[in-house]
Amino acid sequence: MTVRSNFDKALMEIQQDILRVASLVEESIYNSMEALNSQDVVLAAKVIEGDDVIDDLKEKIENKCITLIATQQPIAKDLRVVITGIKILVSLERIGDHSVDIARTTMCLAEQKLIKPLVDLTHMAKLVQDMVRDGLDAYVHGDVEKAREMCDNDDEVDDLYHKIFRELTVYMKKDPETIDQAVYLMFISRFLERIGDHATNIGENVIYLVTGEKEELN
Amino acid sequence: MTNSKISVQNLNLYYKDFQALKNVSLDVLENRVTALIGPSGCGKSTFLRTLNRMNDLIEGVRVEGKVTLDGVDIYRPDVDVVSLRKRVGMVFQKPNPFPMSVYDNVAYGPRIHGIKNKQQLDQIVEKSLRGAALWDEVQDRLYKSALGLSGGQQQRLCIARLLAVEPEVLLMDEPTSALDPVSTLKIEELIRELKNKYTIIIVTHNMQQAARVSDTTAFFLNGDLVECGDTGAIFTMPEDKRTEDYITGRFG
Repeated sequence: MTVRSNFDKALMEIQQDILRVASLVEESIYNSMEALNSQDVVLAAKVIEGDDVIDDLKEKIENKCITLIATQQPIAKDLRVVITGIKILVSLERIGDHSVDIARTTMCLAEQKLIKPLVDLTHMAKLVQDMVRDGLDAYVHGDVEKAREMCDNDDEVDDLYHKIFRELTVYMKKDPETIDQAVYLMFISRFLERIGDHATNIGENVIYLVTGEKEELN
Repeated sequence: MTNSKISVQNLNLYYKDFQALKNVSLDVLENRVTALIGPSGCGKSTFLRTLNRMNDLIEGVRVEGKVTLDGVDIYRPDVDVVSLRKRVGMVFQKPNPFPMSVYDNVAYGPRIHGIKNKQQLDQIVEKSLRGAALWDEVQDRLYKSALGLSGGQQQRLCIARLLAVEPEVLLMDEPTSALDPVSTLKIEELIRELKNKYTIIIVTHNMQQAARVSDTTAFFLNGDLVECGDTGAIFTMPEDKRTEDYITGRFG
């Protein structure tokens, strides 16, 4: 029996719970993009419904964190575990919301023939999914280097966002018929770009968790 | 759902003319840690002592109301107080080991209850010391004086001494107030372990300790039980303004 082993167990549980949320969120990004690419409204609807599960879980873990603060008086590293836990949860929940945004937009696009193959958007989605996964990996292992590397990817995400934006503007200027769809696709690229930002926040939180330093990563 | 181990109904207690407990009703759940908090003189220790009739020893005490242990009223005239206190044991504020060896301290209770077989006593001593998370630290010095142990060890020895008579309920009256922070955390950790086997009620001046260690918290003030509920809830969203003021350090 180590001193405070029950408290340690509770802290560990919070981290494991967060990983569960993260895996649901990763799945939700993936499915929302699958739904978009295959114009699958059933899958899009599944993403939207699945968000309630994420929200409920987030709520439960957040309450656990609050109770731990109130009852266990975490300090130093323990405090950072709880505080960053709450912040990472908020980022994950927002990411989940953006997957829902993508799924909703997918539903609007379902009946339309796509004006172009979604190569860059798909690539962007892959990048942000990797960022979320790497961010959580860094969280689990307390890996500061990995957190920094992961955040570097956000530059590429931002570049793609601007590139997609420019290209779609060209489409719209050429053919006003494409405006509706181009605007939807622009929104999707915006949602993905925001997911990248939230993933970056996760990375910053990992660094704070490990070092106690606030680092602005992107 | 866990059962009530102890049920207290409309308990009033008077020290001569002074009413120390006012119509207190409270259920103590089995295999849970219940913490009693409140400012000095609020009645929490008095309440604790009603649960194994320790107040009987004080002159001028009058108790009204009902306290049941597993459904049986412990204030019934035919109740044997000694066997009651065997079932409902107590640990005090200051560690009070007997001036004898570690072994004899733990074997004291079982010997009184008639166990003489050396092998059996050895087993009880080891099991109790393990139960109190003290075995590893004292197994090499079982026959040395208990007074040579540190304060934290002495308090765990007192807990081992209690466990040796196989109680069902442990009453703890500020068990760590004389201990350093690390010993305190060790005792707290032990309490969390012990609740799997025992029902525990702890009086503490240290609100943070109540928060850390208990499942249920009861707040006493001037002899009234102001609020009793889930510890997580009490420390995040107490229902009564007085509880909130006390736990946030606004008075007390």
